[in-house]
Amino acid sequence: MKKKIRIAAGQGFWGDLPDAPVRQVEDGPIDYLMLDYLAEVTMSIMQKQKARDPNAGYARDFVPLIRQILPACVERDIKVTANAGGVNVQGCAAAVRDAACELGLSGQLKIGIVTGDDILDRIDDLLARGVELRNMDTGEPLRTVRDRIQSANAYLGAAPIAQALNEGARLVITGRATDTGLTLAPMIHEFGWAADDWNKLAAGTIAGHIIECGAQCSGGNCQYEWQTIPDLANVGFPIAEASSDGTFVITKHEGTGGRVNVPSVKEQLLYEMGDPHEYITPDCIADFTTIELADDGTDRVRVFGIKGRPATDSLKVSISYSAGYKAIGTLVYAWPDAYEKAKAADKILRARLDRLGLRFDQILTEFVGANATHGPLAGEPSPDLAEVQLRVGVRGNDRATIERFTKEIAPLILTGPPAVTGFAGGRPKVEEIVAYWPALIPKSEISPIVDVLEV
Amino acid sequence: MQVQLTRLAHARSGDKGDTANVGLIALHDEFYPLLLRAVTAASVKDHFKGICKGEVERFELPNLGALNFLLHESLGGGGTLSLMTDAQGKTFSTALLRMEIEVSDDEARSIGLI
Repeated sequence: MKKKIRIAAGQGFWGDLPDAPVRQVEDGPIDYLMLDYLAEVTMSIMQKQKARDPNAGYARDFVPLIRQILPACVERDIKVTANAGGVNVQGCAAAVRDAACELGLSGQLKIGIVTGDDILDRIDDLLARGVELRNMDTGEPLRTVRDRIQSANAYLGAAPIAQALNEGARLVITGRATDTGLTLAPMIHEFGWAADDWNKLAAGTIAGHIIECGAQCSGGNCQYEWQTIPDLANVGFPIAEASSDGTFVITKHEGTGGRVNVPSVKEQLLYEMGDPHEYITPDCIADFTTIELADDGTDRVRVFGIKGRPATDSLKVSISYSAGYKAIGTLVYAWPDAYEKAKAADKILRARLDRLGLRFDQILTEFVGANATHGPLAGEPSPDLAEVQLRVGVRGNDRATIERFTKEIAPLILTGPPAVTGFAGGRPKVEEIVAYWPALIPKSEISPIVDVLEV
Repeated sequence: MQVQLTRLAHARSGDKGDTANVGLIALHDEFYPLLLRAVTAASVKDHFKGICKGEVERFELPNLGALNFLLHESLGGGGTLSLMTDAQGKTFSTALLRMEIEVSDDEARSIGLI
């Protein structure tokens, strides 16, 4: 049994630096690579893809990445955990297996497949049996959006991923699973942590929370002394060097840019945080008020003292549903009086939309460069601003209405205030809104399934 | 004297649905009691008037010298529903750092501010 393992974060979200996971494999020693491919509403995109093509429905970029790194992973005994499976985990695993065979790695590895998260086909049955899946934020019952649901997945935790590793998988592919589980599972597998060792599970969970957003703990988006952070162009993604006693060090490969220090780790700890006493996951409840941090050398922060509590009886469910349409139109007004011109243009636009009888659920105007991010806290805009971007967004249930709005932006160039530009992008696109419905489901309703595919 | 939070803390913000969370972290341990006293849920709600339409909750993390604030109904519906430039609340961090708090001259001296 290993005493220490190095778990590297390969990507903080689907759309993160494409090279980052390759750099993690090639720039230094690691034991595990974890990759997060699923934002809240990604599953709905994947369900649509699967509806058009039964072989689709997973994160396609995962396969070319595996092609790049798999030989090194086999040679150096690196394992990979990823939720790239989306709503077609079997399809993803098959594509990865094919890539492995093309690389001449037939017979040299196993692929773990974790499913059981998808409950889209079970919604009516669950509702009929009194599993209400109420919206956790609003308390509304699911039937208010029943006919607009596009995907429904329970968040599985670390346990089934650890089981796949126990069964000899080198790559473990899941559907919806917690990001923290992707990091905790290797620790459970390597150190043999019990399912009720709450303190250790909490520690692994917190390690996962720190590295799950990639470089956001190793110098990226770091407010503390940001100007002195070296060489972000070559930022090193984080590595959790985990010990069997539940303590760990956050670090990154030598020779990479960015910075890991107590402030950068603290910033990531506070990110997307609710009640710090009660960070609830499928595996445990982690108490962030017990975390101790200490510098452990350059770009090394030791994390220890973590306490946890028993897991709850429920799993979080992420359901996505259609919620209308939106469009954003923008134009840029230049000095002098950039802000005044942008306001005047907004007034003209609104008068025209009114005269057309267009009704929106919401219309929002912002002035980028003046006060779009901090609103009233930014104070009065300076009269000498070089330029201001007028940004108008609309949202509603009728696609034709939103579409009609998009045709009113470009005309402002020839029919509105002067010194206007920034329209080369063409007419704004109408976007279908896929909204997120968080709910809870009793654990007794979900059975994770672990399969192992021999390549 | 009035002291802006940029001199006392750094911050990171994110989103949970229509709620923005802002983590406020003392630049030095000695500044934490000051933040604890002056940066309350009420004073933060007041600071974000016009931006935060719901309640503000505050949580304390003395182990990290930090406070975590939840600003409910701040993100125009949040997520994909929101029309805001900052639908994910990523700039609420520095918006909070604009806040000024009252510090006595003695206190300022004792914690090395002047």
